[in-house]
Amino acid sequence: MANVISNVALVPGIYVMKIEGKFKGNMGQFYMLRSGTGYPLLPRPISIYDIGEESISFLYRVVGEGTNLFSQLQPGQEIQLEGPFGNGFPQVEGSLALIGGGMGTAPLLLAAKYYPHAHVYLGFAQQAFGVEAFEAVAASVQVKVGGSIVEQVDPTLYANMFSCGPTPMLQALAMKTVDTSSRLYISTERHMACGIGACLGCTMRTRGGNRRVCKEGPVFPVEEVEFDDLHGV
Amino acid sequence: MISMACNIAGVPFKNPIIMASGTFGFGREYAEFYSPELLGGIVGKGLTLHPKAGNTGSRIHETASGMLNSVGLENPGVAAFLKDELDDMTHWNTAIIANVGGSNLEEYVQAVAMITENAQKRRTMNRRGVDMLELNISCPNVKQGGMQFGIQTEVAREVVRQVRNVTALPLVVKLSPNAENITQMAVMCEEEGADGVSLINTFSAMKIDIRRRRSVFANTYAGLSGPAIKPIALRMVHQVAQAVSIPVIGMGGISSVEDIIEFTMAGAAAIQVGTYNFVHLHAGAELVHGLEQWMQREKVQSLDEIRGIL
Repeated sequence: MANVISNVALVPGIYVMKIEGKFKGNMGQFYMLRSGTGYPLLPRPISIYDIGEESISFLYRVVGEGTNLFSQLQPGQEIQLEGPFGNGFPQVEGSLALIGGGMGTAPLLLAAKYYPHAHVYLGFAQQAFGVEAFEAVAASVQVKVGGSIVEQVDPTLYANMFSCGPTPMLQALAMKTVDTSSRLYISTERHMACGIGACLGCTMRTRGGNRRVCKEGPVFPVEEVEFDDLHGV
Repeated sequence: MISMACNIAGVPFKNPIIMASGTFGFGREYAEFYSPELLGGIVGKGLTLHPKAGNTGSRIHETASGMLNSVGLENPGVAAFLKDELDDMTHWNTAIIANVGGSNLEEYVQAVAMITENAQKRRTMNRRGVDMLELNISCPNVKQGGMQFGIQTEVAREVVRQVRNVTALPLVVKLSPNAENITQMAVMCEEEGADGVSLINTFSAMKIDIRRRRSVFANTYAGLSGPAIKPIALRMVHQVAQAVSIPVIGMGGISSVEDIIEFTMAGAAAIQVGTYNFVHLHAGAELVHGLEQWMQREKVQSLDEIRGIL
């Protein structure tokens, strides 16, 4: 259990919740969050947005009952959280682009802080949010609302790319990267139950066989990802 | 002096709290958070003779007070389990139960024979093997085998009989709530020499994605578990416990010490915890400590005092 410090809507339906305490976690890892004691039953996997000396923050969109309960939490109220879980983005050397789409921008902020030389590309379907947080730490930030942010990315400029977002966006980026030497790592998403690799509920088919998104993922090198399997969920 | 200990088919359990198959892996993942030695026992991930990749697409969907799963028995196969997992599991001082499924009769028999032979071999080397078998005739999430064996009593009889013929290990049969008659099924298991029954596995259930106009699950149906099924599970445990003289291990939505007491009062010799492991990472440890506190508070020295009192 930990106390909520603040829980603020950036735009309607999208919140940043800051929780008090000393927490660990690397870019791309996630925590399992649960509010209340009854329905919904399962905790929700939410990627780490930011970590401070005395707090951790999560960016989330209200999509169902679990996240709706989160949005009602007031400062001083308690929330359950366990983590950090999963393998996040790897440590890399050389030029780096961070490409996020919508809520997929959330796990990239820590990477932007860790790699201040990174170029950031943020795409949103209807309304941008959280851009200022990237602008405060990144070398450059490009934003596109509507259309595809991938069009603005030239993979040949980067030794490495980290990306998270809707599957079509990730697949478009993967296609664009095929004939380049740029290494692309993408963060994937699946419904989860345990979050620690025991239930096999989040198993994803990859070119290397079945992989647990919560344990071996959520970040995978793009060569391993079977996009058909991601689309099917 | 309070004792939570119980004995099922000659296997000692330090307490009646056992982690259910498919919800605790082979124990390793949870061991990072609390010692499995606190637990009465662990049922490993459901095994089949050959490795199984499991179902594609969505495998989990949350429901009101429960969840649907369609994992489809993804597992490394019996040989890999014996080679890669069993040493770690038997290192913990808690009862180790192997859950075995199959696509056909021969697979069940071969898988059980392999595990039994391994246990005998390890015994000659003074090493622990699997303490008990749980025969899974009730998985609703595989197209062949699994639940089809667990619906009709006379079909299930042949599986239990043939498996019993190839193993002297304590044998518990996991029953399906989807069975035509779960009490008859339990009686059959006793007649065929099973040492106990465990119930209930998940209910065959469904969720439709109305936007895509198709089932959420590639396998169409999935298994419903969690608090939503607890009252039905409790009724079935009560009925079966009255019909057989072998131990009944109760499960189905157990999420509190009070639930454990209810199942014990309904006649359960021990209980299994499944979905609750996903709700609380420390569920096993929490329930063990909570049960001990409850017994102290209620001045219950042994659960035998309340077992089957209804």
